[in-house]
Amino acid sequence: MKLEYLDLYEIKGPLVILEGIEGASYEELVEITLESGERRTGRVIKMDEDICVVQVFEGTSDISLKNARTWFSGNVLRLPLSGEILGRIFDGKGSPTDGLGAIYPDSRKDINGLPINPVSRKYPRNFIQTGISSIDGLSTLIRGQKLPIFSGSGLPHNELAVQIVRQARITDEDNSKFAIVFAAIGVKSDVADYFTRSFKESGVLEKVVMFQNLADDPVVERITTPRCALTAAEYLAFEKGMHVLVIMTDMTSYSEGLREISSSLEEIPSRKGFPGYLYSDLASMYERAGIIEGKEGSITQIPILTMPNDDITHPVPDLTAYITEGQLVLDRELAQKGVHPPVSILMSLSRLMKDSIGEGFTREDHPDIANQLFASYAKVQEVRALASVIGEDELSEIDRRYMDFGKAFEDRFIKQLHDENRDMNKTLELGWTLVSGLPREELDRIKPEILDKYYDEKGSGGF
Amino acid sequence: MSKDTGKGYISGISGPVVFAKGNQRLGMLEMVYVGHNRLVGEVISIDNDKAVIQVYESTTGLKINEPVESTGNPLSVNLGPGIIGEVFDGIQRPLHELVKKSGTLIEKGIFAPAPDNTKKWNVNILVKPGDDIHPGSIIAETEETASLMHKVMVPPGIRGKVTKVSTDGEYTIEDEIIEIDTGKGLEKISMLQKWPVKRGRPFAQRIPAYMPLVTGQRVIDMMFPLAKGGTAAIPGGFGTGKTMTQHQLAKWSDADIVVYIGCGERGNEIADVLESFPKLKDPRSGRSLMDRTVLIANTSNMPVAAREASIYTGITIAEYYRDMGYHVALMADSTSRWAEALREISGRLEEMPAEEGYPAYLPSRLSQFYERAGYVRNLNGTTGSISIIGAVSPQSNDFSEPVTQNTKRFTRCFWALDKSLAYSRHYPAINWTESYSEYINELSEWYEEKTDRHFREKRTRLLAILQEESRLMEIVKLIGKDVLPDSQKLTLEVAKVIRVGFLQQNAFHENDTFVPIEKQYRMLNIMLYLSERTDDLVKKGIPVSVIVESGLFNKISQMKYTIPNDDLSGIDDLKSEIDEFYNRITLKYSNTGGRNQT
Ligand SMILES: Nc1ncnc2c1ncn2[C@@H]1O[C@H](COP(=O)(O)OP(=O)(O)OP(=O)(O)O)[C@@H](O)[C@H]1O
Ligand SMILES: [Mg+2]
Repeated sequence: MKLEYLDLYEIKGPLVILEGIEGASYEELVEITLESGERRTGRVIKMDEDICVVQVFEGTSDISLKNARTWFSGNVLRLPLSGEILGRIFDGKGSPTDGLGAIYPDSRKDINGLPINPVSRKYPRNFIQTGISSIDGLSTLIRGQKLPIFSGSGLPHNELAVQIVRQARITDEDNSKFAIVFAAIGVKSDVADYFTRSFKESGVLEKVVMFQNLADDPVVERITTPRCALTAAEYLAFEKGMHVLVIMTDMTSYSEGLREISSSLEEIPSRKGFPGYLYSDLASMYERAGIIEGKEGSITQIPILTMPNDDITHPVPDLTAYITEGQLVLDRELAQKGVHPPVSILMSLSRLMKDSIGEGFTREDHPDIANQLFASYAKVQEVRALASVIGEDELSEIDRRYMDFGKAFEDRFIKQLHDENRDMNKTLELGWTLVSGLPREELDRIKPEILDKYYDEKGSGGF
Repeated sequence: MSKDTGKGYISGISGPVVFAKGNQRLGMLEMVYVGHNRLVGEVISIDNDKAVIQVYESTTGLKINEPVESTGNPLSVNLGPGIIGEVFDGIQRPLHELVKKSGTLIEKGIFAPAPDNTKKWNVNILVKPGDDIHPGSIIAETEETASLMHKVMVPPGIRGKVTKVSTDGEYTIEDEIIEIDTGKGLEKISMLQKWPVKRGRPFAQRIPAYMPLVTGQRVIDMMFPLAKGGTAAIPGGFGTGKTMTQHQLAKWSDADIVVYIGCGERGNEIADVLESFPKLKDPRSGRSLMDRTVLIANTSNMPVAAREASIYTGITIAEYYRDMGYHVALMADSTSRWAEALREISGRLEEMPAEEGYPAYLPSRLSQFYERAGYVRNLNGTTGSISIIGAVSPQSNDFSEPVTQNTKRFTRCFWALDKSLAYSRHYPAINWTESYSEYINELSEWYEEKTDRHFREKRTRLLAILQEESRLMEIVKLIGKDVLPDSQKLTLEVAKVIRVGFLQQNAFHENDTFVPIEKQYRMLNIMLYLSERTDDLVKKGIPVSVIVESGLFNKISQMKYTIPNDDLSGIDDLKSEIDEFYNRITLKYSNTGGRNQT
């Protein structure tokens, strides 16, 4: 069987098309060598008789129909792996870029992974204390969860991610089993640098594996970057027993890369030009988070994405939230008021917290106080809307109380310093102090016995 | 390269779709084996000598010219004891068995028979030589789980006279248990039968719905009930509670069998069911919930074509148990992911798309699916039902998108989940103005018998208070609550009790997660009574603030927690408290001159 072919049949965006191919296999890796000696890699994405469509990771610029030789590897893209990947930096295809030489692999894994058999999953139940009240108290992060940050340009999503990395405590285990896999997808180099610097400052750099596809790197590699990162994460988690936190940013750039490829394939688009399979494609990555029965480690994902125009109904955040187990949404208005981290309480949600907080997990009062804070803060929004129409002075007494509660809640609960680390008890106490500033009969989400125990009748809430 | 006749060969590959040439005998919807790994596929279109096949496993690594084997059969499921309590993927591969074969990840080309063909069942034969049997006739029984008697039926299309029966005893699903003379020869019958998933199993006739699927969820049972044999849609944006609602129904509804299809959703949700259901007790049988549940799990990261099949696999299994005379509830979470699978495959075929890239046949596929629900008289004379509850995940929370709109056409209950309710943690976030049930009339006789003849009127009154509240809130938004007259302020207070105390239901509280019809109705009654009495007080000129201060409203809001499901006597106490308060205040205000006090 012939493995190497001269010449191409057609070049179309990031795709090259070859003719007269025999024996190629679907999704196999190909290597294209230009006359200059430069090598590029690609992947077979469509086959029709002897025609193969190949997606070129580094892009097709400078390729001509006559200057390329194509070699079929017979294999899918595999990532070389060993314990040495910790502390290393790779490009979007998994080649080292830090000048420290190749990895001597003890295994090579298909970057697409294989689906976890759903019956082999262990339902995640251990919370990760991030030390951030808005998260720990109201959208608790659970080990093995996928919890994205939805942000907008200019909002401090990176700072939040870094604070989480720095403060994250898995309450019951030692930190030597903790690793971070970081995938930079189409982000500017200053963002990647910011993360590197922060990892260094918090002394975790040797626990980090980085995969970088920067804004000016080839678009097609955006597709492989998160997959390489997740393959590395799976290796560390399920073969080395580590608890891995995967940060992937920016999933919007990823999806735009996918859109670009789809449109050069002339596929039928669904919303905003994104391919109809965007959901399945994103799911094939997000679902790689989790815990597997009988294995020690875990993968927790924090994908970050910027919502174009702050629009949460845009397909990328929308489909992401349909797959992930909740979302942390950042709010421009809060940020403008100086509330950092500007976590929008009402729009944020951790799906997994329902089974992982309360008695035996965090504290018996956690579900009720969380519920009440949500509900009362939702009420604040109503009152604010009313106040903006009739003026604050016209508000009833109780409504004014809500206005004050809202402000105190934002200033003292949501807002916290970049290096302020509050433990779970502190967060919950803060919640009780605040609701105790509201009349008891307003607290309709709390079970009577819990109210009796924690509500401070004389409390003023400090507002 | 096998280009020999009888077998075809792969001529093209695009994602989950493979094109095959060289075998003109491939039939539409025929199941085929693709490639050297024998991946399962299905023929979905034929164009001259080229067949289009959707492959239920990953196509990575396939090559042009690999063989495509025909099987001569359509994609079918195997039916027999051993289904309940199991977890299958979209093409009925038993997931627990696959773990034994390939570990915790699903490798390609692995296979295990379903249901288990080695397990021996203790079978009771119910026929004797000389008996006439027909399609659907029940010929034997075996206890499939502690709470379920499996009825072994004659497969559709087979009739004749029993010539030989095996003795009662232990048999596998493939062992012969009886032999019949069909008139054209002898035929052996075992407990196993196959049925093509895309065809509905036959029944004698449809029967009008008259009984609700009791779910124990107040907003459903009292406001927007679903009939046994009916269809319901749960549309809602991400995180609004579709899965939670489906899980609640799977746990607590009074069905004999629950078929839960996790279609293109999260792996952890399946893990959740597998961890929680075995520990929960079916409120009726007292047995583990898993003893009446079968899961079809084709999560979002599993092959998309098998996701398309999962819906059919699930409904076919549901029909099989319906045929035994059981009430089956089927949950599909989410039908939107199924529709997207159709869209993805259709896109690969370069078919002309209709709205938003969905194929033009989307509406007909949806209607065919929902049409397989129903309350029926079976071929064997028993009656059974399938109720379908389909979650819909509208993109961008936009209910005008094609899947939501078309589902609305073919379902008769619409439980619209509302983002703003979910944001304020009002759960279940079923919006009471947008939701509806078209079964109210058909079910009213049942409800009147279980409650009293005022049921419909009371339900209407409750809805009216909520409607009045929405209207008033429009005004309040503009000018605040203070300017409203007392009677309207009271309406707001009462409506709040109804929203918080009645519509909201806490899935995590033992008294509230499931509530029997009697308690539901008595809660509704006491809230209306509260409304009536306090209304009267306001009419007498007693200020709302005085009424609210009584704490009665709070107490009644909390009754869902304070009154245990198995002892409703506390409700009478609440009623007495209302009366006492009413009398006390009336007395006080009439002594001091009533109206003048305000
Ligand atoms: N009845 C309920 N009681 C308490 N919490 C609920 C209820 N319904 C929903 N929730 C909360 O909302 C979260 C999301 O619910 P759920 O997973 O059912 O949403 P969904 O509509 O299925 O979302 P998706 O489309 O993304 O799958 C839950 O994790 C839980 O926190
Ligand atoms: Mg869901």
